[in-house]
Amino acid sequence: MRDAYVIGAGMTKFGELWSNSIRDMFVEAALKAIDDAGVDHIDSMYVGAMSSGLFVQQEHLGALMADYLGVVPMPATHVESACASGGVSFRQAFLEVASGASDIVLAGGVEKMTDGADVTDALATAADQEYEVYHGITFPGLYAIMARAHMQEFGTTREQLAAVAVKNHRNGSKNPNAQFRSEVTLEQVIRSTMVADPLRLLDCSPVSDGAAAVIVASEAVAKKLGKQRIRVAASAQASDTLALHSRKSLTTLNAVVAAAQKAYKMAGKKPSDIQIAEVHDCFTIAEVIVSEDLGFFEKGKGGEAAANGLTSLETGKIRVNTSGGLKSKGHPVGATGIAQIIELYEQLNGKAGARQVENARIGLAENMGGTGASCVIHILEAL
Amino acid sequence: MITARYAREIPQRYRLEASRCAQCATVSFPPRLVCPTCKGRTFSTITLQNEGKLLSYTVVRVGSDKFSKETPFAVGIIELKDGIRITTQIADANLEKLAHGQTVRLVFRKIQEDGKAGILCYGYKAIVV
Repeated sequence: MRDAYVIGAGMTKFGELWSNSIRDMFVEAALKAIDDAGVDHIDSMYVGAMSSGLFVQQEHLGALMADYLGVVPMPATHVESACASGGVSFRQAFLEVASGASDIVLAGGVEKMTDGADVTDALATAADQEYEVYHGITFPGLYAIMARAHMQEFGTTREQLAAVAVKNHRNGSKNPNAQFRSEVTLEQVIRSTMVADPLRLLDCSPVSDGAAAVIVASEAVAKKLGKQRIRVAASAQASDTLALHSRKSLTTLNAVVAAAQKAYKMAGKKPSDIQIAEVHDCFTIAEVIVSEDLGFFEKGKGGEAAANGLTSLETGKIRVNTSGGLKSKGHPVGATGIAQIIELYEQLNGKAGARQVENARIGLAENMGGTGASCVIHILEAL
Repeated sequence: MITARYAREIPQRYRLEASRCAQCATVSFPPRLVCPTCKGRTFSTITLQNEGKLLSYTVVRVGSDKFSKETPFAVGIIELKDGIRITTQIADANLEKLAHGQTVRLVFRKIQEDGKAGILCYGYKAIVV
């Protein structure tokens, strides 16, 4: 495989974007990415979206977006891996460039969640419809079951979970594209409305609209444009059983562990080499478990690490979710995996503004679907 | 829910029918066409024991539209005596007194209604014993 580079990025603001349609959001992000890269054409594109069929009764997003971006008859493909759709979209673009099949590929992601669909129901399609959702469990409910198991097994506390939300809101307050630019206190988190015990409203990522896109290019193209800077050092993906109950452990995400092992090997890095990480904090407990399964902290110590500031922008040994994460930046499902790549791209280029991590050179993005049945991990390195 | 889709799962939801791999004896619920342990493809049908223990649980306070009138209700992951784990509601429970490791038994209950004119959907729920 040959090297591939991220040479451009663009996204919409995330939030409740009542006046923006799914197609306009995607095209806005794609045009920003194309302009940022300075390319005069693209060879192909991928559109990550979890469930536009349920959210806005629109499928066939590949063709729709190619049409409205004005690039037909260029090939365009919709990819779906639940909440990991964006990360998988990026991986497809990377593989297409790395394989030599194309030189310039757009990887995008989008979701329009506020057009009136039963969002709880739509999101639950990422779980097992016949053997989980049939019984009334929701997505917050499944993560709540994991949270309670983690508390029981390792003594993780309510306050430690809340520390993740407090940190991510603080980071998000510095991100102009974030849905919530307000800080929250520990007290506010642990007194917010109960959604599924022990998870409360401020443990949960919000319902969001938004789109994000990046341009992946070959070394020759990147060099020609003077953008040979952010290299994709690793791309790895793994799967696990769809149903949470089918797994041996409720507190370890095997797909994360497996994808991480592959990614570290491909990049020739170890967990302690990673300076910044965007991880899939759809719920506070998810960030805790993932930070352990990525090898940043010992199993069971993720909550304590967050509470002690080991993942914060200010005092972290590894800065986790400098963008504000899904929690504060927002979680337009299909766009999330691409937005994670964009945060790394900005940080590694030194353009993350008020949330810039000094001398950031190596970043990791972990995007997962369902209760971790899909996981895709990328490592980007600044040359 | 179309009745054919509902009917397909009746052996599992009403009778806890599982499959045992002829090669390595791994039990799968619901039955699978490929054994997750040894990749075997021949199975016999067994009935799961209806007792187990509660591994972890939550109380759903915000449900999907279909379950919004049922909230709050408890849902847990149960490990049955055969070692099979399932997700199910815990019925008739004092929500404050649920605990890890509690012994539960599966009983036959109505699970959901398919709108005003659709079918009633049944299956298993756990009760604390």
